[in-house]
Amino acid sequence: MRRIDKADKGTLKKVLVRIKKYLPFLAASIIFAALSVVMQLYIPILIGDAVDLCVGIGRVDFIALIPLLWKMAFVTLAAGLAQWFMNLSNNHMTYGVTRDIRDDAFCKLQRLPLSYLDAHKSGDIVSRVVADTDQFADGLLLGFTQLFSGILTIFGTLFFMLLLNPKIALVVVVITPLSLFVAGFIAKKTYNMFKTQSEVRGEQTALIDEMVGGQRVVQAFGYEERAMRRFDEINGRLETCSLRATFFSSLTNPCTRFVNNLVYMAVGIAGAIACIMKVMTVGQLSSFLSYANQYTKPFNEISGVVTELQNALACAARVFEFIEAPAQTEDNKDAFVLDGENVTGDVSIRDVSFSYTPDRRLIEHLNLEVKPGQRVAIVGPTGCGKTTIINLLMRFYDVDGGEIAVSGHPVKTVTRASLRKSYGMVLQDTWLKSGTIRENIAYGKPEAAEEEIIAAAKAAHAHSFIMRMPKGYDTVITEDGGNISHGEKQLLCIARVMLCLPPMLILDEATSSIDTRTEIRIQRAFHKMMKGRTSFIVAHRLSTIREADVILVMKDGHIIEQGNHENLLKQNGFYANLYNSQYS
Amino acid sequence: MKRIGFYLKNYKKESVLGPLFKLLEAFFDLMVPLVMASIIDTGIENDDMPYVVKLSLVLVALAVIGLICSVTAQYFSARAAVGFATRLRHDLFGHIQSLSYTEIDTIGTSTLITRMTSDINQVQNGVNMCLRLLLRSPFIVFGAMILAFTIDVKAALVFAVTIPVLVVIVYGIMLITMPMYKNVQTGLDRVLGRTRENLTGVRIIRAFNKEESETESFSGENLALNKSQRLAGRVSGLTNPLTYVVINLATVFLLYTSGVRIDAGGLTQGQLIAMVNYMTQILVELVKLANLIVTLTKAMACFGRIETVLDTRSSMEYVEDSLMQDRSCGAGGALGVDFKHVSLTYAGAGAKSLQDISFTAPKGSVVGVIGGTGSGKTSLVSLIPRFYDATEGSVSIDGIDVKAYPKAVLRDKIGIVPQKSLLFAGTIRDNLLWGNEAATDEELWEALQISQGEEFVQNKLGGLDAQIEQGGKNLSGGQKQRLAIARAMVKKPEILIMDDSASALDFATDAALRHAIQSMADAPTMFIVSQRASSIQFADLILVLEDGACVDMGTHEELLAKSDTYREIYESQFKKPEVDSHA
Repeated sequence: MRRIDKADKGTLKKVLVRIKKYLPFLAASIIFAALSVVMQLYIPILIGDAVDLCVGIGRVDFIALIPLLWKMAFVTLAAGLAQWFMNLSNNHMTYGVTRDIRDDAFCKLQRLPLSYLDAHKSGDIVSRVVADTDQFADGLLLGFTQLFSGILTIFGTLFFMLLLNPKIALVVVVITPLSLFVAGFIAKKTYNMFKTQSEVRGEQTALIDEMVGGQRVVQAFGYEERAMRRFDEINGRLETCSLRATFFSSLTNPCTRFVNNLVYMAVGIAGAIACIMKVMTVGQLSSFLSYANQYTKPFNEISGVVTELQNALACAARVFEFIEAPAQTEDNKDAFVLDGENVTGDVSIRDVSFSYTPDRRLIEHLNLEVKPGQRVAIVGPTGCGKTTIINLLMRFYDVDGGEIAVSGHPVKTVTRASLRKSYGMVLQDTWLKSGTIRENIAYGKPEAAEEEIIAAAKAAHAHSFIMRMPKGYDTVITEDGGNISHGEKQLLCIARVMLCLPPMLILDEATSSIDTRTEIRIQRAFHKMMKGRTSFIVAHRLSTIREADVILVMKDGHIIEQGNHENLLKQNGFYANLYNSQYS
Repeated sequence: MKRIGFYLKNYKKESVLGPLFKLLEAFFDLMVPLVMASIIDTGIENDDMPYVVKLSLVLVALAVIGLICSVTAQYFSARAAVGFATRLRHDLFGHIQSLSYTEIDTIGTSTLITRMTSDINQVQNGVNMCLRLLLRSPFIVFGAMILAFTIDVKAALVFAVTIPVLVVIVYGIMLITMPMYKNVQTGLDRVLGRTRENLTGVRIIRAFNKEESETESFSGENLALNKSQRLAGRVSGLTNPLTYVVINLATVFLLYTSGVRIDAGGLTQGQLIAMVNYMTQILVELVKLANLIVTLTKAMACFGRIETVLDTRSSMEYVEDSLMQDRSCGAGGALGVDFKHVSLTYAGAGAKSLQDISFTAPKGSVVGVIGGTGSGKTSLVSLIPRFYDATEGSVSIDGIDVKAYPKAVLRDKIGIVPQKSLLFAGTIRDNLLWGNEAATDEELWEALQISQGEEFVQNKLGGLDAQIEQGGKNLSGGQKQRLAIARAMVKKPEILIMDDSASALDFATDAALRHAIQSMADAPTMFIVSQRASSIQFADLILVLEDGACVDMGTHEELLAKSDTYREIYESQFKKPEVDSHA
């Protein structure tokens, strides 16, 4: 068991702040817990009294016994009800808090800068929003239900025992810590075993992840046996450490039960002596025995709950860390709003410098003036910073130095929404929402009429394949988009942009995996679309490049050559090399 | 579920001894109230102090024996459960490796990984709890009842009524809540899907300014989850209060009937206390049993899912290794790869992905495969290493049908550079050795030289020992492709398949790569799949695919002359080539 440290306290405070909203439920939970515990503890006393009324043959006092039993029945019902109400309050509170946290986390996700999202594994973020909050809810629920009633039970039992017979109560109080000590000892000893186990498990999961995920390569290279060997080696280690962890941790129960039995025995003998000395009745002894039986239970539960709670707090801390990550700078209140009227389509990049990490400079002193309607092709080897330009144009990232201006307005003074609305973007990785094809095409314009959607699909040459799908425009695209091909997905992405037709376009190798014949048609459609629209194209295809007004040849973040196709060929530099290699 | 027995068979001793010792412990637990009754009825009644002390020592003895028994039981159960999981994990991993692409495509990779990890862990936990508690709890419940009957039949009748009522309550609630918890799980999956989708599509979502509407729809799913959680919680929160009430009301009856019996002389005070004790023991065990059943249902569901995977048979049968020696030796030299009227229909697909394809690629020749997305290029080359089997016609290598080769021999002949250059965590050397475990550094550098990767590996800190992260995340697309090509070259394959695997290389590197391979001493028969006409125009044979059919084949010049499709592709990429200026 770990001690609650400072970081836990900080997290706890944040959790408490969130619980504030549910204060009435918290109050109800505490009151009902108290009621239910007191009544539950009263029952053994009533049973003891009843036992004392049944002394022997012909000496059973029914006149006193029957009302007593009625009383017991009522107390029982009341205790049960109180417990249920407590459960309901806890439920409402915990699930409410986790729902709030999830909403906050998701809201935050939409406002985080891309630099944060790009730097963190998406799986990690997903597990914070989903798995961690879930675990937090479980821990919190368990904590609420058991922690408070556990503590109350301990003190309540102590109180009732002292009331019955202080001396015997002392016996219980003295021996009980032994059980705690044993449990704590085992927990401490097994902590490291569990840590080793989870490390080995992690190692194994990583291997499985790679081998199963890369099954195609594994099979192609006949790596199966080697994979099995590696797997078995880890599996063997896992067996050993898992056995240790499982066995030693499962000792807790028998050991604490043993101590508990000793307590029971001690109370039995002390109680019997007291009875013989006539300082105690048999009924009282029976009450005592049932208290002794229960007394260690809340201790064990609480130690379990504390671990659970710490775990829950650790999970909460991870979620909070995400929620509290610095959001992107808000738009200025008086930020300029670009719209169809004032976007002329000229873009100027002035002395822009940018890098993802300070130690690796990427773009330095980049200058470019794009006139309205011009077509800019960005070419160069992989990793030269082509996609970075898109990140900067869309203001997914902010420049480190210099400025980018759209129609004369520096992008930092413009609202992000209106800036992004001015661009139509088709990226290399084709992301579609899970939903129908119609929803996806109308993504940027949900109010679009059916005719508009079909027209956009036709313009993107997607209409015919959509009609061939079993449900046409109502076909649902599954989460991984398994039911349509990559090329088809790309067509849908294009249709999505076609529907909105913004004044500027960004195309990231958009047509690279669409078959060439469709591509020709798309290029024609694009031609029409690009007319009068400023476009930035990251491209490999020389045919696309050749038609551009400006070609930016990038290498290592620098624009090393700039001009149109003919001029660049004449320069006989990097571009000419690149171009000529096609004919090598 | 038949396999549970199969896996436990190796742990026969453990799976018998575990529960057995647990029962022994339970037996001693059941004795305690009886001893206590004697202390009260004989010791206290007769003021017999030595008797009290004697019986107390009996209690201590019972506790010690109980402890020994249960520790033994825990040990055997843990051994059986952990061993069970270890064997199961081994078998499942081996089985997954034996599956063919068709099955893996259908089941899905992420599902397989969950089966291997969290599902097996759940099963391990389930087996452990099962061996420990499944027999113990019912034993205590019925043991307590039987002992109550031996004390006094009339007073004990209330037990016979209470136990069925409790069973109905506990399992009734469980049955009602099970579908509710399934709903909760579905809700959780939706929330997860929504989050993941928003992360992967963050750029598009922001480009379309959809942040708010996405948040709204998430909020809706989140609320639905919250509602289903609360509903399930409301019902399952009834279990404890209800069982508590039933047991205590039963105790009230027990006290009354016992009062009548004591009055009539059929029962003593001590015996009454013992009966009340048994009632409490039953309550404790039933709660444990209910928890156990939840764990068990979960474990059973997990095991069921694992079994589905284990029951999936590979659709591909291979020839035994023993038959291969003579065959591979007898293989005739220069035949190369031969497709005869090959068609392929993927499992579950309605239409053919490849249709009646026939061609011959002599040894050492270069075959280019070009065509649009979904035209069947990858499917075509997948048939050579038997990633899939042709549904009609035959594919043969060196005159022998690929189905007649043992797996290892076949895969040994072929080097593949997949579309997605998948690399693995480890050093560059580790990755290259995939091709051939025994390759020397010299051979590795040779392969790198061919794949045009020599320079960047040399420049990398550590050279061949430079670390690669999982999936090659710390490399650029071009670097990954070069390593993937080198990995295939290390194998020194007879047939090399490059499935659009030079797409991230610039034109110059792509060309240099092709030259390097073709000028090798034993140049492999090469299949180049590409969308770029420039990558395949020098092939000895070019196959032009459209919708799974081979519409034209021939050399570049022949195709330019006769194939409209090819010309269209070519010209879209080389508009009126100005070859004259730099021939």
